[in-house]
Amino acid sequence: MSSEAIGKKDLSRRDLLGLTAIGTATIAGLATLGGSLRLVKPNVHFEESTQFKIGKPENFPEGTVRVFDDKNCFIFSDSDGLYAVSSICTHLGCIVSLTEWGFQCPCHGSKYNPEGHVIGGPAPRSLEWFEINQDVDGSLVVDSAKTVAAGTKYIFT
Amino acid sequence: MDGTKQSGLVKFKDNLFTVKDSLLGSFIRSGAPTSDRSRTAIMFNNFFLHVQTVKTHINTLRPSYTLGMGLIALFLMIIAFISGIFLMVYYNPSIENAFNSVKDINFVVSGGKLMRNVHKWSGEAMIIFVLFHMTRVFYTSSYLRGREFNWLIGIVLLVLTFLLNLTGYMLPWDQLSYWALVIVANIIAAPLEMTDIMGVTKYFDIGGISKELFLGGLVPGKEALNRVYLFHIMLLPAAILIILGVHFWRIRKDGGLTRPDKFDRKDTDTTYITPPDKTGDIFPTYKTYGLMELAKGKTPAVDNDVENTVLSWPNLLIAELAVMMFTLAAVVAYSFYIDAPLKELANPAIPENPAKAPWYFLGLQELVGYSAFMGGQGIPMAALLGLALIPFLDRESEHTGIWFSNKQGLTVTIISFIVGTVGLIGTLAFTIQYGWFRNWWPNIPQIVIVMINPGTIWLGFVMIWSLATIKITGSTRMGAIALFTIFLVSYIILTYTGTVLRGPNWDFFWSQSEWPIH
Ligand code: HEM
Ligand code: FES
Repeated sequence: MSSEAIGKKDLSRRDLLGLTAIGTATIAGLATLGGSLRLVKPNVHFEESTQFKIGKPENFPEGTVRVFDDKNCFIFSDSDGLYAVSSICTHLGCIVSLTEWGFQCPCHGSKYNPEGHVIGGPAPRSLEWFEINQDVDGSLVVDSAKTVAAGTKYIFT
Repeated sequence: MDGTKQSGLVKFKDNLFTVKDSLLGSFIRSGAPTSDRSRTAIMFNNFFLHVQTVKTHINTLRPSYTLGMGLIALFLMIIAFISGIFLMVYYNPSIENAFNSVKDINFVVSGGKLMRNVHKWSGEAMIIFVLFHMTRVFYTSSYLRGREFNWLIGIVLLVLTFLLNLTGYMLPWDQLSYWALVIVANIIAAPLEMTDIMGVTKYFDIGGISKELFLGGLVPGKEALNRVYLFHIMLLPAAILIILGVHFWRIRKDGGLTRPDKFDRKDTDTTYITPPDKTGDIFPTYKTYGLMELAKGKTPAVDNDVENTVLSWPNLLIAELAVMMFTLAAVVAYSFYIDAPLKELANPAIPENPAKAPWYFLGLQELVGYSAFMGGQGIPMAALLGLALIPFLDRESEHTGIWFSNKQGLTVTIISFIVGTVGLIGTLAFTIQYGWFRNWWPNIPQIVIVMINPGTIWLGFVMIWSLATIKITGSTRMGAIALFTIFLVSYIILTYTGTVLRGPNWDFFWSQSEWPIH
């Protein structure tokens, strides 16, 4: 009703004042609520570091397959080098397990090939690959916050 | 001077000795409900009773009309609230203590296990009975004649009932809680699937932000548990109480429950009503009186309406008391024999296989198995929207108060039931047998799977089926019946599939006894 009134020429002074009051109250209310909602978004995450050491390169000779359960990550080593693949299913976050043909998710049956590429089920994306660096002391550090293109393999000495 | 002092003390003494009567009288201001007049007075003098009308229509009291479903849902909620407060005495919402405190409740606290069972089962039973109640309201066309808004309120109550259960089973921090939290957080993040397809995730990551707000972080942990707890014990209960208040207030304002336009008394009615007692009080024994009153309705209802009503005290209240006793007894008995599950402590490294949600979400889990976005957000939203719009798209109010409207309504219900059952089982069987697009064309773009999957195809079919019913019968009510019937059938069949027919890796099995041992 009030929006109709705005369009018309004969908007009375009382209507105008009323509308202004309601409008101001609405904007003020929404702004206050919106601002308060910022509180809900945490500035600090009390979470484990996304970087973790996995040991020296010589612990990963060609053909190694290691599962880091608590880090939700697989480490593989083949003739092209070392690589880290996430074990978190891209569908809804369950943990995939290693099979002869790739990875299998128990929750809704997503399947991935050994490169982590989706070959079945509802998963929308390939499994993530993580960046691997070498620390000054020579040990390898995986950072699960930094993803790299599938197929990125590292050679360390 | 002395005299007044004296009489003051005498007055006090008199007051003191009659305190029992005067105190009682201030509680029950209209006196004992021994006459129709005092029975009337008590209904509108008492805060808790005045929500209800002084008189109730006989149709409302017929057990075959409401089936008592709404009432049972209400009492289940009250039971869940009270038992929940007892659980809060020991429960501790931290990831270090949550699991142990629930274990304590189960194995150490006196009566703890029973209390936890009662809480769990009354909450879950709410889902069943709220759905039954909605079914009764729907099939008696009770969403019309001013009740459109109350139907919407009802949909909100249904959603709140689901949310209360969902947040509840995240609290024990066992394997079920943890993986439910992970899955729900990722369903909340499912718009990611869409923004990825559109390539705008970098600028507008609505899925990711919602997930972070829900979890209070990037991975499920102590902040997430704290937030879920806040929802479960405060925000959602407060919301459901307030909205339920509106629900009941609307029933009053909408003129009580629906009833058929042509109402005939039956002989059996006398088994659950007591006839008016027009003696005593203002009614001298040597005269007979007719009651005159104005009742809300289309025409100034005089004769009929008034004649077919009886006093709420005792007729309605005794029925309500009976339903309450029955509900409480059933919940306690069930809880005595059947224990609420508690799995192992949450283990973020290993999900269970299969990782199943509680039964009432397994229908959704089946849909989520086709596409996270469609199954977790798109299709549930569409279903809720479809349900919410029913009173606005069907306005044929002439059938209000009659189960299944008429013969045709019953036929449409039965046909839709059969078509829904056969069609959905067929769709599921096809998917289980032959897989879906990705099994045939492994490189198919994700967008095709999101848009065209067994879930969305079924949704489309249900819409076409309802429109076709409207076209063939020329009645929007018949279309609504087709829609609602298939909705119910789909919920049941999908739930059954997710619960019984899915095993490890979400593969198909006829029963749990066939699951491979691992
Ligand atoms: C927490 C959940 C709910 C509770 C406790 C509740 C409770 C009740 C109660 C006690 C009644 C009185 C009649 C009866 O028992 O059938 C009622 C009536 C009604 N309810 Fe609900 N209800 C809930 C959810 C719903 C839902 C999900 C819907 C539909 C979407 C709904 C729609 C209605 C309507 C339209 C009426 C009026 C019926 C008529 O006039 O005949 N309610 N509700
Ligand atoms: S979470 Fe892996 S398939 Fe759903």
